[in-house]
Amino acid sequence: MTQARIGIDVGGTNTDAVVMRAGEVAACAKVPTTADVTSGIVAALEEVLRLVDGPVAAVMIGTTQFTNAVVERSGLEPVAVVRLGAPATESLPPLVDWPESLARSILSEAWILPGGHEFDGRELTPLSEPDLRRAARAIRSAGSRSVAVSAVFSPIDPSSELRAAAILSEELPGADISLSHLVGGRLGLLERENATVLNAALLRLGRETIERFERSATEAGIDAPLYLTQNDGTLMSAGYAARHPVTTFASGPANSIRGAAYLSGIQDGFVVDVGGTTTDVGALVHGFPRQAALGVEVGGVRTNFRMPDLYSIGLGGGSVVDFDPPRVGPRSVGYRITEEALSFGGKTLTATDVAVALGRARVGDVWPAVQVERGDLESALRTIDLTLEAAVDRMRTRAGAAPVVAVGGGSFLVPDDLPGAAEVIRPPHASVANAVGAAIAQVSGEVDRIVSLDGVTREQAMQRCRQEAVARAEQAGAAAGSAAIVDQEEVPLAYLPSNAIRVRMKAVGDVPL
Amino acid sequence: MSLSEPPVNADGEWEIDERALEAIALGAGVLGTGGGGSPYLGWLRVRRQLRLGRRVAVVRLDDLDPDALVIPTSGIGAPTVGIEKIERGTECLSAVEAIEDLLGRAAAAVMTDEIGGANALEPMLVACHKGIPVVDADGMGRAFPEVQMTSFFIYGLEPYPTALCDEKGNKVLFPRADSAEWLERAARAVTIQMGCHAGMAGPPMSANRAQEVAIPGTVRRAWRLGRAVLEARSGRTDPIAALLDAGPGVALFVGKIVDVDRRTTEGFAKGSVALEGLDSSAGDRCVIEFQNENLVCRVNDEVRATVPDLICVIESETGTPVSTEELRYGSRVTVVCLGAPAELKTDEALDVVGPRAFGLEADYRPL
Repeated sequence: MTQARIGIDVGGTNTDAVVMRAGEVAACAKVPTTADVTSGIVAALEEVLRLVDGPVAAVMIGTTQFTNAVVERSGLEPVAVVRLGAPATESLPPLVDWPESLARSILSEAWILPGGHEFDGRELTPLSEPDLRRAARAIRSAGSRSVAVSAVFSPIDPSSELRAAAILSEELPGADISLSHLVGGRLGLLERENATVLNAALLRLGRETIERFERSATEAGIDAPLYLTQNDGTLMSAGYAARHPVTTFASGPANSIRGAAYLSGIQDGFVVDVGGTTTDVGALVHGFPRQAALGVEVGGVRTNFRMPDLYSIGLGGGSVVDFDPPRVGPRSVGYRITEEALSFGGKTLTATDVAVALGRARVGDVWPAVQVERGDLESALRTIDLTLEAAVDRMRTRAGAAPVVAVGGGSFLVPDDLPGAAEVIRPPHASVANAVGAAIAQVSGEVDRIVSLDGVTREQAMQRCRQEAVARAEQAGAAAGSAAIVDQEEVPLAYLPSNAIRVRMKAVGDVPL
Repeated sequence: MSLSEPPVNADGEWEIDERALEAIALGAGVLGTGGGGSPYLGWLRVRRQLRLGRRVAVVRLDDLDPDALVIPTSGIGAPTVGIEKIERGTECLSAVEAIEDLLGRAAAAVMTDEIGGANALEPMLVACHKGIPVVDADGMGRAFPEVQMTSFFIYGLEPYPTALCDEKGNKVLFPRADSAEWLERAARAVTIQMGCHAGMAGPPMSANRAQEVAIPGTVRRAWRLGRAVLEARSGRTDPIAALLDAGPGVALFVGKIVDVDRRTTEGFAKGSVALEGLDSSAGDRCVIEFQNENLVCRVNDEVRATVPDLICVIESETGTPVSTEELRYGSRVTVVCLGAPAELKTDEALDVVGPRAFGLEADYRPL
């Protein structure tokens, strides 16, 4: 029997799990998402394992636990921040633009010390070992166990951060040290540092959570590696994720889009994910979600993480239908749809009931909904169609029809003749596309740096970046030799006649099986 | 509707609070016309100083004694470097002090060279530390890529003395430059050695001379633009309509970005962006060419606006200005054209900042 991959993804209402075998969905399960997230994941794992037998090769989990911890400010530990670059950067201390209450609950102390590099790789200021030891002793007496270290231009040369980490570790045995070049690794000091501080605050929770996942897997008889999904729809090993919990932010939408691409076989087009309350429209480019231009903001903190470019609208299967004025959503009965919707014996007319009455969906009882005035039903359906059409059109970047993949529990709302869609594809298992996206995910590595073209050819410089992106994918758990570049971007530096370009590159490789 | 003039005290001083600062930063982004660097970090820096109890006041040139010493100051370098090697916060201050030391005289006020983008906030940081006001004027009324493109030099101010200072405290003085172009060349070379970001100050001028060579009222213009967008956002009204009203300006095109083409030439981020029409522009196509800033806007191959008029790409839904480095497929934007200040539209100004100065085969046609 071929080995199985298990994918689990946490949504706002349900936690979905699938077992994939030989590229097909062998079993799937839905359990309610729990307040602590993790026990829902464990329940979904147990549920889906009941449905299949045979060996499991890997378990992939997309969790919202760490995002929730930041938003709810629970389970975070105090962090000391050491920034290397002084006297540069002194105008803006760490955590400068954070919501005050969050900054107060996380920050134990911040130091801005010499170190870091210039854009062209020259040393900015020499690292000061005595300063670092003094800071370490103060951190120790303040009782902080988690330290975030950032250095100016560490994505270009991480040596300042690495050297500082070594010195801090000597003075602070057993302390956790998060380094900014390993967290996101993108240019933009404040955003990268913010992500690093959040990472440091989440480390204890990260370790506990991963241990719990591993224990649950072991208890369920699974002897296979565990992976977590990240914001771009790719994976990291559990060991890596325990050290970088922050990279799980915003992984859900990416899983959905990747799953839709996989189930439908569509590489370029749009994904319309209709849930109970909202619909997310994303764009597929070469099988991956198109990324948004701006970084993800979590709990009011700007980070340098990208998430899929999504357009979200307040329309879902549970959306309440009104006639005065005529409107569908954004009010929704949400997960209470099976009690409150007309077709399920309730008293509320929802988008689902409209679809049921007019033959677009077959769920529940058709009779209560067809009692509603037909003209009203038709005008509500027209509103739904126009809303979906406008949402897809918003994400379109070129003229001409493109395929649309409809997924999610409410995907029956999407009409077959959606204007602008070359075709509407409803793949099997569309309601668990997110968990499928987790199960089929690959491992990635990223590079973002300014490259000076003095003394090297452009091709030599790009080749160096490519090698590094591949090496990073392998560090994150990709099978040796499997990683290849999937995305590269080159932006010339404005306002300087020096020959410098900013290069971003991403490599993706397979999970070793 | 709020007043179109900011409140001033008996001395003509307009005290900048956090709200006004946010508006100025947003408006400066609009006046950047795609370039000038993001005002975000400068906004945070000045806001931090205000929260520490320091103050910033803006005055009109007329409110200064005619002999008062005005020193222009701005950051010079690459915005991409500025987001990583964040300023120490003393770069411009030290450059201003270098000019003061050279002259043996203290500045009565500071002024930005460039109201468009990040440099709108730089003199405010100096003002916080020195306790002197910022003049409501600048040398561009927008953003331009090079030092010689200020009204100061177009209208005959000698391009010296000037000073550059980095975060380490290195100071370089240019006691004399043969032309503004020479100043640009030398300052740019030093800036690269300083790590691609430095504070620049000078040439100094009297308030009287500034009346002749500077563009007045540009801080207020930034404030009006930014405040219009902020008020539209909080009142849930159309930010583009508010911006056009405050500009005043004209919407050249409403659409969606469908193509971005970038190429690098001698350090300039050159390229073009194509938009497909929506709503009132449905069926039309718009192409904007940029060189750090937006230079020319064509709709269906017909030139609709050129530099020095301000061609601003604005997010249709939020009113947020989009820089040329942030242009992305799929963004819904409105192309807004704001008229350039009169000082940029004279024959001598058009020689330096008109379409032909940027290598375009087109004559300037007023909006």
